[in-house]
Amino acid sequence: MPEASVRQRDLLRVQDLHAWYGESHVLHGMSFTVGEGEVVTLLGRNGVGKTTTLKAIMGILPQRRGSVAFEGRELVGLASNRIARSGIAYCPEERGIFSSLSVEENLLLPPQVRPGGMSVEEVYALFPNLAERKRGQGTKLSGGEQQMLAIGRILRTGARLLLLDEPTEGLAPVIVQQIGAVIGALKQKGFTILLVEQNFRFAATVADRHYVVEHGQVIDEIANDRLDENIGKLHEYLGV
Amino acid sequence: MPDWLAHIAVAMPPTQALFGQLLIGLINGAFYAMLSLGLAVIFGMLNIINFAHGAQYMLGAFCAWFALDYLGIGYWPSLILAPIAVAAIGIALERLLLRHIYRLDHLYGLLLTFGVALIIEGVLRNYYGSSGQPYSIPRELTGARNLGFMFLPNYRAWVIFASLAVCFGTWFLIERTRLGSYLRAATENPSLVQAFGINVPRMVTLTYGFGAGLAALAGVLAAPIYQVSPLMGSDIIVVVFAVVVIGGMGSIVGAVASGFVLGVVEGLTKVFYPEASNTVIFVVMAIVLLVKPAGFFGRTV
Repeated sequence: MPEASVRQRDLLRVQDLHAWYGESHVLHGMSFTVGEGEVVTLLGRNGVGKTTTLKAIMGILPQRRGSVAFEGRELVGLASNRIARSGIAYCPEERGIFSSLSVEENLLLPPQVRPGGMSVEEVYALFPNLAERKRGQGTKLSGGEQQMLAIGRILRTGARLLLLDEPTEGLAPVIVQQIGAVIGALKQKGFTILLVEQNFRFAATVADRHYVVEHGQVIDEIANDRLDENIGKLHEYLGV
Repeated sequence: MPDWLAHIAVAMPPTQALFGQLLIGLINGAFYAMLSLGLAVIFGMLNIINFAHGAQYMLGAFCAWFALDYLGIGYWPSLILAPIAVAAIGIALERLLLRHIYRLDHLYGLLLTFGVALIIEGVLRNYYGSSGQPYSIPRELTGARNLGFMFLPNYRAWVIFASLAVCFGTWFLIERTRLGSYLRAATENPSLVQAFGINVPRMVTLTYGFGAGLAALAGVLAAPIYQVSPLMGSDIIVVVFAVVVIGGMGSIVGAVASGFVLGVVEGLTKVFYPEASNTVIFVVMAIVLLVKPAGFFGRTV
């Protein structure tokens, strides 16, 4: 397939996605696309449905309706393990490091879903801290190291689409910078990334496009290179 | 000899009796360990207190007996076939019944498995009464060896060895292998493990089957020692639950260690104060519940 057509292709297309937590209706028709090789963010205030969107895509939230197409294949209705096997990897907001597993066991936990993932050595090269502490308990790592572990372990799987939920939350600026550099490196390697962020200054350093989310819907789309002219609008949306 | 030492010397039982009871304690402990291990594995993964565990142990013994009496299949094949058969029954039970109640309180799982246990026991009692069917020791393991201070029947030595091997094997599987890391992770956060592409519902089913098979294996090992009776499961399971409470729910090491230790405690009580031998484990349980409610190795539930 020619390179240009690959770039233009929508890897992920979410259309009119609704989702519920029990009785409460959280997503009210999310619609957006992520192109192959792009880094796209979902921006928005707390509780507008950004995390829920990722969980609904992954099938962790089973009560969902609408359409999530990945490489043209419909995912709504599939169990979350099948969704992961189709080539999507998820890094949750709470990081999800397992305390009964060592650092290395955490790293090796997600099975390979496709060929072509990074090797353990490559992950260690990207995050040297993890290599030093691979025998230690996963949850004994610092917050930043846990975040690196949470990202590192999904790079091995061969998944081409990464869903990252607030990877910079609660981390020191120097670590945030490091994570930004990693996201840049992953983009260089051809990964497609859907990033949930509250910190749009960070998002601006890594993303190609931004979707603004409010009340479980996308209310605006801003290209990163036009962020400056839209900064007033964005401040209003995010209430910063 | 000082006076007080003479008193103790008089109170000491003959070494033969002491080692005899110690052995019986170890044998009982071997079964407590295997059964509480299965309970711990099932509880860790399914969050269900498997009251059918005693019935599955009894079914294992009955499978071996059936196989011998009706099909002429001996002890050694039964040691493999009976656990597989009971695991299959366990898998059906999980698929058809247990699957529907995971989101509910522990109490429902307990009631459901208790009900299943009563049904299995009742059916077998209807056909075979409550008296035991004899099951003989395999020829290779008859006889005993003289250890100098006591006679050790070969079959009992085999049971202790087999139990230790099974317990170690299970511990190794869960704590040291890739599959075990999936199990441990799924115990902590099943939905995330599934979102990594692992079929957690299937793993849950197989875990229950494994736990039931483990109980059946203990049942086959027990058949030549305790006879095969429909009530053998409910007799032992009450004690095993006390062992699990003492060791701590959901801990592999705790289940095995407290199984063996309490078997020995029970055996020694028979020597020094026989009247208390049936209650000593429950006394220990009561004290542990007061002092350390989560058990010695337990996590808080």
